[in-house]
Amino acid sequence: MHNLTLTETLAALQRGDFSSRELTQALLQRIEHYNPQLNALITVTAAQALAAAEQADQQRASGNAGPLAGLPIVHKDIFCTDAVRTSAGSKMLDNFIPPYDATVVERLHKAGAISLGKANMDEFAMGSSNESSFYGAAQNPWARHCVPGGSSGGSAAAVAARLVAGATATDTGGSIRQPAALCGITGLKPSYGRISRWGMIAYASSLDQAGPMARSAEDCALLLREMAGHDPKDSTCAEREVPDYCAELSQRSDLTGIKIGVPSQYFGSGLNEQVAVAVRDALAVYESLGAKLVEIELPNSALAIPAYYVIAPAEASANLARFDGVRYGYRCDNPQDLEDLYRRSRSEGFGDEVKRRIMIGSYALSAGYYDAYYRKAQQVRQLIKQDYDAAFAQVDVIAGPTTPNPAWAIGEKSSDPVSMYLEDIYTIATNLAGLPGISLPCGFAQNMPVGLQLTGRHFDESTLLQVAHHYQRNSDWHQRGPEEFCQ
Amino acid sequence: MDLAQLQKLATLSRLNIAPDQCDALAAELDNVLQLVDQLQAADTAGIEPMAHPLAISQPLRSDRAEAEADRSAFQAIAPAVDAGLYLVPKVIEE
Repeated sequence: MHNLTLTETLAALQRGDFSSRELTQALLQRIEHYNPQLNALITVTAAQALAAAEQADQQRASGNAGPLAGLPIVHKDIFCTDAVRTSAGSKMLDNFIPPYDATVVERLHKAGAISLGKANMDEFAMGSSNESSFYGAAQNPWARHCVPGGSSGGSAAAVAARLVAGATATDTGGSIRQPAALCGITGLKPSYGRISRWGMIAYASSLDQAGPMARSAEDCALLLREMAGHDPKDSTCAEREVPDYCAELSQRSDLTGIKIGVPSQYFGSGLNEQVAVAVRDALAVYESLGAKLVEIELPNSALAIPAYYVIAPAEASANLARFDGVRYGYRCDNPQDLEDLYRRSRSEGFGDEVKRRIMIGSYALSAGYYDAYYRKAQQVRQLIKQDYDAAFAQVDVIAGPTTPNPAWAIGEKSSDPVSMYLEDIYTIATNLAGLPGISLPCGFAQNMPVGLQLTGRHFDESTLLQVAHHYQRNSDWHQRGPEEFCQ
Repeated sequence: MDLAQLQKLATLSRLNIAPDQCDALAAELDNVLQLVDQLQAADTAGIEPMAHPLAISQPLRSDRAEAEADRSAFQAIAPAVDAGLYLVPKVIEE
């Protein structure tokens, strides 16, 4: 059962091959067996999951099944879950039990999905390796000594290890696509504004976006269809119709007429040779399917990381000001006065990477530096968006590697934050421009999975998913899994 | 970044820095600032800053109450409350 995709599982539940309760029980057993080492989940909600599975089975029997009825998933621990601890991977929120569900959680629950628990993540989604989690790093199921990527490393590891076939995640600078690439699964970051951010703990509000992780583009379409759509509680969530992504997947019989832009900047120095070969091979598959490859330029792409490390910390420094030890979360012992309460609660509750980013953000926003850093970064953000506008006047999607390297060893980069930042070189620009992006498995480098990244036009997740789906119909990389977990 | 700058940033951020961590932290922040200094090379004359990816106007709700927050549910997870109020150390001297 654990090797089935979400789409296959739904069909099996509909046929009655097994019940949701049987499936949920089997997956919970796998979690019990593997998670103590893998560390993909911070919290497991076994009792609630079994009760929900039984209810889903009853609904199916009485003909009232929702579109995802009985389908087990996990939520990244950044989404608030009613009565279930939501830590954001931080000591600050280790004791935080929200009194409400995030909109994403509520929608998936209404559709019938069953949450098995909360997935590990870098603290407040700040990281590319999962190592900044207060709960320790999740392991990469393909090689346990390697990082799963981040920040949604727990979601990626859980899906790759077949603990569950789908997960929610978030992406501020690559936090869905990069761990998807490193763990050999499929992860979609939708357009900014496609999915409500209500109840999603904020890191950088103009960049954060929720999305699905699963083992195929088809499964991502299935989850996205339920997650997307306007939410009156989030004024940045666009009032746009949500297409039936699943139905649209099969609308295109081939890729004739599709133009795929290949930016020269994405194949320069710093790209691992074996990663480059895998991505070039995937592009050749696209050509054979009728797509036309077009060389394009994204001249300002090298400035995406510097712009991001001003804008994201600036927004984070403001967003994380709310963690002050007063209303919820960690509070220091015996505060002497209010200032001591704030400073010690924050110093003891936040980890090193979060503190660094808060301080960088405070620096960029402080008097005398605002124009040189924050305003300048926003201008560069505009230039990056203009590059994309020019590119999308010529092509339908842009393709390249998701990451410059495959997964690295736990601890290898943790003492050098900037070297870790550079691993997000291909994913960050998409967030700055607010565009949708997807990573799909396209081969191996150093025996670890490689991700192909496709970027699409704003709000055109349909084309992105179709182009990804066509590749997966003509390749089997996405069907491969780490041997230990596929038996 | 010198010690005075670091302390000023710590105050702005409401964080304490242990004395034995100052040098290492200053070096790490310098590394990040060096990275972001690459921005200075970009020609941005006349470029409008982009604050947000949605250029369209934001949809707003009508200005009416829809649901009342349950104060007791929110205060049940607070570190210290009394009679519906959040407690903090005394700020005003008698």
